Amino acid sequence: MATLERPTGDGERPPVIEPGHTFATVTDQISAIVLSRPTSKRWWLGFAVAFLLLQLLNLSIVLLLSVGVGIWGINQPVGWGFAIVNFVWWIGIGHAGTLISAILLLLRQKWRTSINRFAEAMTLFAVACAGLFPLLHMGRPWFFYWLLPYPNTMQLWPQFRSPLVWDVFAVSTYATVSLLFWFVGLLPDLATLRDRAKNRLARIVYGVLAMGWRGSARHWHRYEVTYLILAGLATPLVVSVHTVVSFDFAVAVVPGWHSTIFPPYFVAGAIYAGFAMVLTLAIPVRALYGLEDFITMRHLQNMAKVMLATGLMVAYGYAMEAFMAVYSGNVFERYRMQNLLLGPYAVVYYALILCNVLVPQAIWVRRVRNSPAALFVVAMFINLGMWLERYVIVVTSLHRDFMPSAWGMYAGTVWDYATLIGSIGLFLTLLFLFIRFLPVISIFEMRTLLPQAAVTEEGTREEPMLSDTLHEPGGTGAPAVPANPEARP
Amino acid sequence: MSTTAPGQPLYGVVAEFDSPTALLHAANRAREAGYSRMDGYSPFAIEGLHHALGVRSTRLPFLIFLGGLFGAVGGYLLQAYAAGAMAEWIEALGFPSLAAQTGYRLNIAGRPLNSWPMFVPVTFELTILCASLTAVLAMLGLNGLPQPYHPLFHLERFALASRDRFFLCIEARDPQFELARTTEFLQSLGPRAVEEVPR
Repeated sequence: MATLERPTGDGERPPVIEPGHTFATVTDQISAIVLSRPTSKRWWLGFAVAFLLLQLLNLSIVLLLSVGVGIWGINQPVGWGFAIVNFVWWIGIGHAGTLISAILLLLRQKWRTSINRFAEAMTLFAVACAGLFPLLHMGRPWFFYWLLPYPNTMQLWPQFRSPLVWDVFAVSTYATVSLLFWFVGLLPDLATLRDRAKNRLARIVYGVLAMGWRGSARHWHRYEVTYLILAGLATPLVVSVHTVVSFDFAVAVVPGWHSTIFPPYFVAGAIYAGFAMVLTLAIPVRALYGLEDFITMRHLQNMAKVMLATGLMVAYGYAMEAFMAVYSGNVFERYRMQNLLLGPYAVVYYALILCNVLVPQAIWVRRVRNSPAALFVVAMFINLGMWLERYVIVVTSLHRDFMPSAWGMYAGTVWDYATLIGSIGLFLTLLFLFIRFLPVISIFEMRTLLPQAAVTEEGTREEPMLSDTLHEPGGTGAPAVPANPEARP
Repeated sequence: MSTTAPGQPLYGVVAEFDSPTALLHAANRAREAGYSRMDGYSPFAIEGLHHALGVRSTRLPFLIFLGGLFGAVGGYLLQAYAAGAMAEWIEALGFPSLAAQTGYRLNIAGRPLNSWPMFVPVTFELTILCASLTAVLAMLGLNGLPQPYHPLFHLERFALASRDRFFLCIEARDPQFELARTTEFLQSLGPRAVEEVPR
């Protein structure tokens, strides 16, 4: 804490928004990223790399569709392989957005405001990547509509008792609700962009998207009600999605999968992975676009703490898995644990423990929490660790189940890796486009964080009162001084 | 100040304020003065402004509840139909020929066709889906959006309503509206500016 100034005597945490901002500076600084700043060379470079990786995905998919799933490493006994590992990994990453937006909104955590837009966008793109994999894994993706209940000439219906069908409903509902939540949150900001754009095409496009939003008090009232109820609906949804994904495993009888700890352990893992990805993306973006005033150290520290807490839950899951393998007395469960620790994939398991359990303990140290670079490194370890976790779950359980005669080994082929890396390209391409064309921080919610937004007593208009609900403890101790607009880029 | 030619139909008169407190104060004063057809415009939601303007609470929550209820009941019946449970019920009611055309009876190890615990996840997801879709569509619908044209968009300064200014518009259809008197009233509230809004 030595390098950070204490803003007030009582609070020792950094503020959620740096002092000195006004409605105008907040609006101008965030919308300038989209409207007036020239597209930077670094953006073009990043976009070019991401777009190149996206072409790798295209190539992999074309080859997959023309040759078949044989280009992947899947075979008996490991039929799920990379596709399902990647699916679970991406859908897990896609959990932070809704968690930050919905659950932290309901818990009145004001610090969520500057990261929620970003996290929601990340959720959408991660779910898009996730949705790709089960479709491609089907072998004949053009028959994907067989998963949906529709009247057909053979009078066949989806098997609603199967977790795989639940998955279809859970993931598609999650994608739809995330999109709605994101769009509703964007609506007032699109109106801001429409009103501030100089370019005629930009005015038309943002104007159409803003749907004629004009900030009417009647509209705001309905808007707030809708946003709060959507948050209330999304909260159980986000918990249900990864629970249903865990059912894909837990309902099966395979040793290592058939376990009641899977749903909570998966949900904690998803939040863990999601926050790690938000940190991975937010740390470079805030540095490149000079958003340190809005995404402050407070945000990074809070996210790191959530990561640490969920990481410990995940570690508890690993411990329980090992304990139950012994305690249950089930010979197959016990062998699976022994295989995990000493078998051919043991190195993956130890790497997973290193990435997900040992490295994140560094967050206990205050100096690590105060250093964006250190947090970035920890978050990268977790991103990798969570992928390895899913690899361990899918592959080690399947490759040696009940009958030694049915055992086998599994390894991804070059096309497995190409599809995974390509999906990262898709994710980054969408993210770069989002950063360029939409406000990465919710402008209208940032305005409400300012002390000027507090309504003072009727009739006394002079001095804004610092109300507790609208102002963070540990923020600016005094009414903010109107900033000089020229002083900020 | 006057932007409209004499005789041109008016939408109303709008006053521009600096702070949410000033707008809330002005809205309260206008309501006390007997105005009822008016609206406030602000770059973020101001708590209590809709009450100050005399707007009743919205019926959105009830509509969203209906949407969720539709999703829950519809979602369960969809699965009961597809899995053949509904065929069983229709047969029990005494319509065997109709039952034969209903769904697909899939016998899994002799378990009941109406295996309700297995229908919970999809019922839940469809409840959330229908409620959320209702929430967003009803919010837009009740707000009259999308609405590409609105008289206020004529005013150049109204673009600041999405940045840092707060507007109160008293509409010409208000029974108490009278151009000179209403303008004078708005001037008395201490605004930055008062402007006429052509229709």
